[in-house]
Amino acid sequence: MIRFENVSVTYDGETTPILRNIDLELFEGEMVLVVGRTGSGKTTFLQTINGLMPHFTGGTLSGRVTIDDRDTQTNPPRELADLVGVVAQDPARGFVADTVEEELAFGMECLGLAPEVMRRRVEETLDLLGLNDLRYRPLMTLSAGQQQRVAIGAVLTSHPKVLVLDEPTSALDPGAAEEILAALQRLVHDLGITVVMAEHRLERVVQYVDRVIVVPGNAAPLIVGTPQEVMRTAPIAPPVVELGRVAGWNPLPLSVRDARRVAGPLRTLLIDQIPPVRSNESTQDSEVLSEAQQLTIQYGQHTALKAVSLAIRSGEVVALMGRNGAGKSTLLNAMVGLRFASSGSITTHGKDPRTLKGVELLNSVGLVPQSPGDLLEATSVGDECKAADRDANVESGTTRALLDLLAPEIDHATHPRDLSEGQRLLLALVIVLAARPPLLLLDEPTRGLDYPTKIRLVDALRNLALAGHAIILATHDVELAAEVATRVIVLAEGEVVADGPTADVVVASPMFAPQIAKVMAPYPWLTVTDVVNTIGPLILRSHAPISGDALT
Amino acid sequence: MKAAFQIGNNASTRWLHPGAWWVWALGLATAASRTLNPLLLVLIIVVAALVVHARKPDAPWARSFIFFVKLGIAIIVIRVMVQVLFGAAIGETTLFNLPSVTLPEWMAGVRLGGPVTLESILMAFYDGLRLATIIICIGAANSLASPSRLLKSVPAALYEIGVSVVVALTFTPKLVADVSRVQAARHLRGRVTRGPRAIAGAAMPVLEGALEGSITLAAAMDSRGYGRRNDMGVKAQRTTSTLLAVGLIAACIGTYGLVAATSPMLLSAPMLIIGVGASLVAITRSAQSAVRTRYRPDPWWIPEWLVAIAGIFIAGTFIISMWISPLAMETQVDPAMWPALPLLPLIGLVIAATPVLTAPPIPRTYGESPHITPQPFEVAA
Repeated sequence: MIRFENVSVTYDGETTPILRNIDLELFEGEMVLVVGRTGSGKTTFLQTINGLMPHFTGGTLSGRVTIDDRDTQTNPPRELADLVGVVAQDPARGFVADTVEEELAFGMECLGLAPEVMRRRVEETLDLLGLNDLRYRPLMTLSAGQQQRVAIGAVLTSHPKVLVLDEPTSALDPGAAEEILAALQRLVHDLGITVVMAEHRLERVVQYVDRVIVVPGNAAPLIVGTPQEVMRTAPIAPPVVELGRVAGWNPLPLSVRDARRVAGPLRTLLIDQIPPVRSNESTQDSEVLSEAQQLTIQYGQHTALKAVSLAIRSGEVVALMGRNGAGKSTLLNAMVGLRFASSGSITTHGKDPRTLKGVELLNSVGLVPQSPGDLLEATSVGDECKAADRDANVESGTTRALLDLLAPEIDHATHPRDLSEGQRLLLALVIVLAARPPLLLLDEPTRGLDYPTKIRLVDALRNLALAGHAIILATHDVELAAEVATRVIVLAEGEVVADGPTADVVVASPMFAPQIAKVMAPYPWLTVTDVVNTIGPLILRSHAPISGDALT
Repeated sequence: MKAAFQIGNNASTRWLHPGAWWVWALGLATAASRTLNPLLLVLIIVVAALVVHARKPDAPWARSFIFFVKLGIAIIVIRVMVQVLFGAAIGETTLFNLPSVTLPEWMAGVRLGGPVTLESILMAFYDGLRLATIIICIGAANSLASPSRLLKSVPAALYEIGVSVVVALTFTPKLVADVSRVQAARHLRGRVTRGPRAIAGAAMPVLEGALEGSITLAAAMDSRGYGRRNDMGVKAQRTTSTLLAVGLIAACIGTYGLVAATSPMLLSAPMLIIGVGASLVAITRSAQSAVRTRYRPDPWWIPEWLVAIAGIFIAGTFIISMWISPLAMETQVDPAMWPALPLLPLIGLVIAATPVLTAPPIPRTYGESPHITPQPFEVAA
């Protein structure tokens, strides 16, 4: 279906290629996962499939990429539109029409299909992706998950043979992500479409795919293999795979189901052990940094938060979870005075956040917004750091010193725009930290982050919590919550539906439980590190063969 | 939520053809351009606001009406300011005196400061109000008619231009959302969120975001087959496009000639005929060979006629009144007089308000959707 013959790609102005000598064939009805660090050439690889590289992006492509025997050198993306459907990372930015139904029809209009055919395919696609209730809705009013489904639907109506997706689940809550993956599964199984997707959230997708392509970066050769093969040695892996690797399970489990089947003995072994407690007991009496009482926030007709009461104390790491649109961002914004209470009250540092301005605001609370790039205005990292020192009224060099702790590789002269997604987040984080706010808020910090950066972020957050900062993370990333949070608050429809120590809340919830908790249920183990630290890798390994044969 | 969607599927609610809204709004604008009577102008604004209020869909682009109203107010303020500072004084009723600056001889004719009279302010106010009213009428069309539904009704030859226009129009609300996001970010950095410094600081990230956004959009559109070659062949396509462009320009010149009434009729009438003819040929030619098709185009039924006629009617009444009672249409400022309220334009105004009833109710697109576009950024005063 897709054939790469000795393909190399070099960007304009670069001396070394980003991808070199790729020979690869992808087959009909295959689901392929592309992984790699930010900047490794993953997106470029995806762009070669429909000819956006080299026709749209500046660069040279040598060798041949053929899709169903059509060469991308001679066919620009628009001529391949009937064959390859592409869903970009932020689907909302690629929408052309303004309602769902029209968006689904746009591609077909360009292809010149007959009106009857268009009508039929729109109806079919609405059903296939469960979008019928949304057909007249303006696209801008949809949630991220719905937008993602519309974007997929909009390319499916052209009946492509290949579907290319860049990070289809990164911005989604676990439920919405599962819906997308289920829809993709159906396309592969029922229609024989070849699906190629890039995704950082391995734990969500790896069990569904037929092959994994690792793009190592620096033009190193691609590593291609079945998920089992690749995951055995991959430097990054989802928690179940890590557990499987530590325990020496063979075959390597890729899904919670696989792991649960062989984990019986391990669970027995841990039955008497007490998992390390990450609770907020030690912070029970510490200072209250933010408090909401019966907080209600309305936008026009819509109530974003309904009578929310909670208190955040110093030293706590709180994971704020819930569906897209459950009110997480609204709560964070209210704490920094960007949203006003319609009724009830909220205080930050004992004051109404609306009255906090300038240095006083910076000294009491800091928020890293969903798109951290918004915070950056200067034309170089150095200027940005200096500006942050000035804003926070701290000794010059403070921000840069913090940045050196977190991301020393970032150069002074770099333009913030040229930083990777992860580096931008870390820069935004240190800018906020420059004023040492006791309360730190992060909105979706791991969206689009690769694993290495995520690990750095987790370390940084742990240290901050130890230093007495209170941290609130609004996140869909259950693994991140399991790693760092001491307390989890679940919002639904603007109301608090669960609030308690991490283990108590997530173990009880099928949606928000991390993979290890699902494998070890009903015992409250949350991360591989917890398990390993408790029994020690040696014991674990000596029991592994037993667990592997447990079923036979 | 379910109930809302059922309403949406109800046969009696539908989107009015955007062309009808534009005809109606241009009719209102034409009427506004024919008068300097502040009462009539204000009534036109009221009619536009009433109809927008009754038939505005709950979509992001529909919220632009208020923006146009603000723009209108700004225009009036600027017009009056300019008059106060630079305008020649007319009339006798001096309100106050500004220190006047004597300019060098070569700039004679330009006045700075000096006495400010009631008459000149009134004149500037009426003039500004007229322009503001026209702008607000355009804003009404913008809110009532979905830009992309309008595109569906453009002839195939104009499809490409149409898409560019739609993209440009959706660009504005996205820009507004970006601006409020960046403003929020400035607040988070403890910086000022208002004033010139804030604008300068916010401009860079907003423009960069907009640029990146348009590149992403262009890539997405290309990937989806926008601009595919059609069977006509490049050369024939070029001929058609040229024919169309020339035709439209000729038609514009012709129309201007007719309206301005200063150029000879002998020149403008043939221009108009040739222009319209050439455009029609081009449109038919491209329609025959276009690859593109339309998904569920909007029909033009009785409500469309009623709305369009309402617009044409009000324009007609104002034009006729200009002939029969020019004094009532142009309020006298020197000496200042209370404006008259002539009957014929009043009838026109009542008819122009009928779309409140004749246009079909729009489908409710969402009931209690929790996902709303970014709210305007709020800052504590």
